[in-house]
Amino acid sequence: METGKPERLIVNGRRLDGRRPDELRPLRIKAGVLKRADGSAYIELGKNKILAAVYGPKEMHPRHLQQSDVAVLRCRYNMAPFSVEERKRPGPDRRSMEISKVIREALEPVLFLHLYPRAVIDVFIEILQADAGTRTAGITAASVALADAGIPMRDLVTGVSAGKVDGTVVLDLMKEEDQWGEADMPVAVMPRKKRITLLQMDGNFTPEEFRQALDLAFKGIDLIYEAQKEALREKYLPSLEEEK
Amino acid sequence: MKELISSVKKDYLLGLALQGKRVDGRALDQYREVSVERGVIGTAQGSALVKLGNTQVMVGVKLQKGEPFPDTPTSGILVVNAELLPLASPTFEPGPPNEDAIELARVVDRAIRESQMIDLEKLCIKEGEEVWAVFIDIYVLDHDGNLIDASVLASVAALYDVKPPVSEEWTLPEFPVSKKPVAVTVVKLNGVMMVDACLEEENIAEARLTISTLEDGSICAMQKGGSGFFEREELEKAYELARKCGEELRKKL
Repeated sequence: METGKPERLIVNGRRLDGRRPDELRPLRIKAGVLKRADGSAYIELGKNKILAAVYGPKEMHPRHLQQSDVAVLRCRYNMAPFSVEERKRPGPDRRSMEISKVIREALEPVLFLHLYPRAVIDVFIEILQADAGTRTAGITAASVALADAGIPMRDLVTGVSAGKVDGTVVLDLMKEEDQWGEADMPVAVMPRKKRITLLQMDGNFTPEEFRQALDLAFKGIDLIYEAQKEALREKYLPSLEEEK
Repeated sequence: MKELISSVKKDYLLGLALQGKRVDGRALDQYREVSVERGVIGTAQGSALVKLGNTQVMVGVKLQKGEPFPDTPTSGILVVNAELLPLASPTFEPGPPNEDAIELARVVDRAIRESQMIDLEKLCIKEGEEVWAVFIDIYVLDHDGNLIDASVLASVAALYDVKPPVSEEWTLPEFPVSKKPVAVTVVKLNGVMMVDACLEEENIAEARLTISTLEDGSICAMQKGGSGFFEREELEKAYELARKCGEELRKKL
């Protein structure tokens, strides 16, 4: 028995926050928000507030961690102690270590790591306020930060989650839906060629629901991708126009 | 940490994949020889040893009394831990679990938890005070690739092997399990999808996707790994492989 669960999470086709099943939460992305980092971005998705920073490419220290033919990408996903209802013990735990790994593997396909042998690129993702979907929103912000750092990329990477709530396939789960829903599937994609670089899922999907959830995820990703590009334009377009 | 592979060998394996062939002569949708042995450890409530070709994974299940989590006061506890033992591979080192061991444990945890194969609600002793905790310890003994599938298979086999503990607090006739989740990991090698990668294939694969399915063909967990990507059509292909090979694997349980 779980405590506090509302009887229904979708009433008359509307979710707890009034969204329809195929709607994203309000989204805001800003590029270049930190002075010292080589690249940075801030994202708000619903109640999520996430900062991403990129340092590098720079020489890898200690040297035994260098790779002679490629750069090493390191990712750290970290939740602030105050980012969730109960204070989270600071520092890495098993969940954040796994998430750091899958985020790294979601970002690697867009980078040209062979351009920087012996170097390291550090990506730091700090979850300041969490409300489900933090790993995918973190990826969305991190790829904007990588672009802001001027690192060559094949495309951005855009993340979103889809899932199942009260038997309905929905886009962009919020905390209550993640907690009490029947399935959660974080997805990250290189949008131009629709290449899937992160896929996780837990819960229960029929094959048909899996397809529907992927359709919804791709739909959400198109919208988020536009917001990512807009954030980069907002920062860089004025200076480009000045040069003209 | 990945093992080194010579570029000659790598090119050979990638070339074979393009012809739909594999280094050990298997078909792309063919597992290595699978064996499941139950009841191998007398000190565990349930245990199993699974072999996938040369890969060997042992799982021990222990039941112990513990305190429930505050948000689920009537529910038993499930804990999955994986040890990549230094005796299993030259690349495994002693020490606290690294990200590979943590990922393995969490992927197995989700396959089992989300399938709801254990009725955790039945494992309550006293609401809010005492419940049964199910500890699944995955012991990797020999690493020749595809640890995820071997670990899920061994964990489910060990759970079906559980004999109730001797205790006054244990009131159930038997350990409450139903359903048999099975994980199938598909790797992509030179764009070619294949199941049950051996270590050499695994080390040069672009990416992997693990899909855990149930008897009815529904999906209970997925995990992509590796630094490559999948196209959408490849996900469909992976699901078909997971369903088909999963059915075969389930017969071993």
